Amino acid sequence: MKTIHTDDIIKNIKEMCIEANHFYSDDMNRVFCDACKKETSEVGSGIFKQLEENLEIAGKDMIPICQDTGMAVVFLEIGQDLHIEGMNLRDAVNEGVRQGYVDGYLRKSVVNDPIIRENTKDNTPAIIHTDIVPGDELKITIAPKGFGSENMSKQFMLKPADGIEGVKEAIISTVASAGPNACPPFVVGVGIGGTFEYSAILSKKALTRAADSSSDIPYVKELEDEMLEKINALGIGPAGLGGDVTALAVNIETYPTHIAGLPVAINMCCHVNRHSSRVLKGN
Amino acid sequence: MEVKISTPLTKDKIKDLKAGDFVYITGTIYTARDAAHKRMYEAVGNGEKLPLDLTDEVIYYMGPSPAREGRVIGSAGPTTASRMDKYAPTFLDMGQSAMIGKGKRSDAVHEAIVRNGAVYFAAIGGAGALLSKKIKASEVIAYDDLGTEAIRKLTVEDFPVIVVIDSTGRDLYQEVMDK
Repeated sequence: MKTIHTDDIIKNIKEMCIEANHFYSDDMNRVFCDACKKETSEVGSGIFKQLEENLEIAGKDMIPICQDTGMAVVFLEIGQDLHIEGMNLRDAVNEGVRQGYVDGYLRKSVVNDPIIRENTKDNTPAIIHTDIVPGDELKITIAPKGFGSENMSKQFMLKPADGIEGVKEAIISTVASAGPNACPPFVVGVGIGGTFEYSAILSKKALTRAADSSSDIPYVKELEDEMLEKINALGIGPAGLGGDVTALAVNIETYPTHIAGLPVAINMCCHVNRHSSRVLKGN
Repeated sequence: MEVKISTPLTKDKIKDLKAGDFVYITGTIYTARDAAHKRMYEAVGNGEKLPLDLTDEVIYYMGPSPAREGRVIGSAGPTTASRMDKYAPTFLDMGQSAMIGKGKRSDAVHEAIVRNGAVYFAAIGGAGALLSKKIKASEVIAYDDLGTEAIRKLTVEDFPVIVVIDSTGRDLYQEVMDK
């Protein structure tokens, strides 16, 4: 049995918060560069240039890529044979986020209660999703989520009879109504199946998958490709000012569901789609 | 068209701006977003004085990330403007002449823009680091307790924006969707 100390978890989470907010991940860099070449509109190309320049400045001068450094969403995949020692794990994750956001000059964008709304001043608490997996490692994925795009996300409880056409309609209509608000070109995460809440978690997990990856399931890969094409055909373009590139990627995750249900969740994300993953091996 | 413009943005200067123009603003703009707008709106409702005179002023919907030592401001890109739609018509009717944000506006805001000869600009969402370089000074002038949502007076030089809704009511986002 391996052991990881929470000090190690705190240190890594702190670093990941800062890294994700200042540097584009490799997969996003690949899809962004590809998309840049595909944009033929003058305004769209101009916007791409500004976004490129913004990324350069962010990494060079250590200024966050976007001022909305997001609410920290943390996925923990904990190996069943791993022992975690030190403080309470949830507290450790929040301490890592706290240190990352305070020491990393990131914005404190979290309020303590959705109605009372007093800023917590340290960007905690994080949203933590935990999964127990085989093995003895701890995989941490951080996805600081900005709310310009989050607010444009939607969930539908479709009927089984709505089928794949209903799913396509749900995806396209959500993207179309987001328009300029979610800072296109988008990355779109879709969760199909599960339950009401699980479809939403799936859609966020989909956003953390490499942007240039495809689903392992053939019909789902086809759906991802078709949706990307149809979304680009909407012509919303970079910053919503028209153009060929409206989305950089569409990632879809599926899960078994009830015989009476077809839940679909669409998690909109902007062109930055911050995510960072690390695997901690214990001693 | 590319236009360089200086504050104050009087109605006279605004009337020549057309939807789709690339505008570079030099001078003073003020930041305010959800919480500050709510406070000011409630102040107006209670007959209280506002922390600033809005006449011919530009409000930039933005809450910055903290500035590193020796820097004026952190990352400073626009937030989604539609969240201010409930409040904007009141302030436009009080003399505010321009808004900078990103994303669509409501019909009520659209009408208030036309009624007042005002303008709505978009700054590029997600270009916060780039935009921060155009801000030469920043000072909190009200609602300090709101942290990133405080009202800040910014001195800007060639701050790049695009006219989305001009004073005649032409809406660039709408025109893109219609195409």
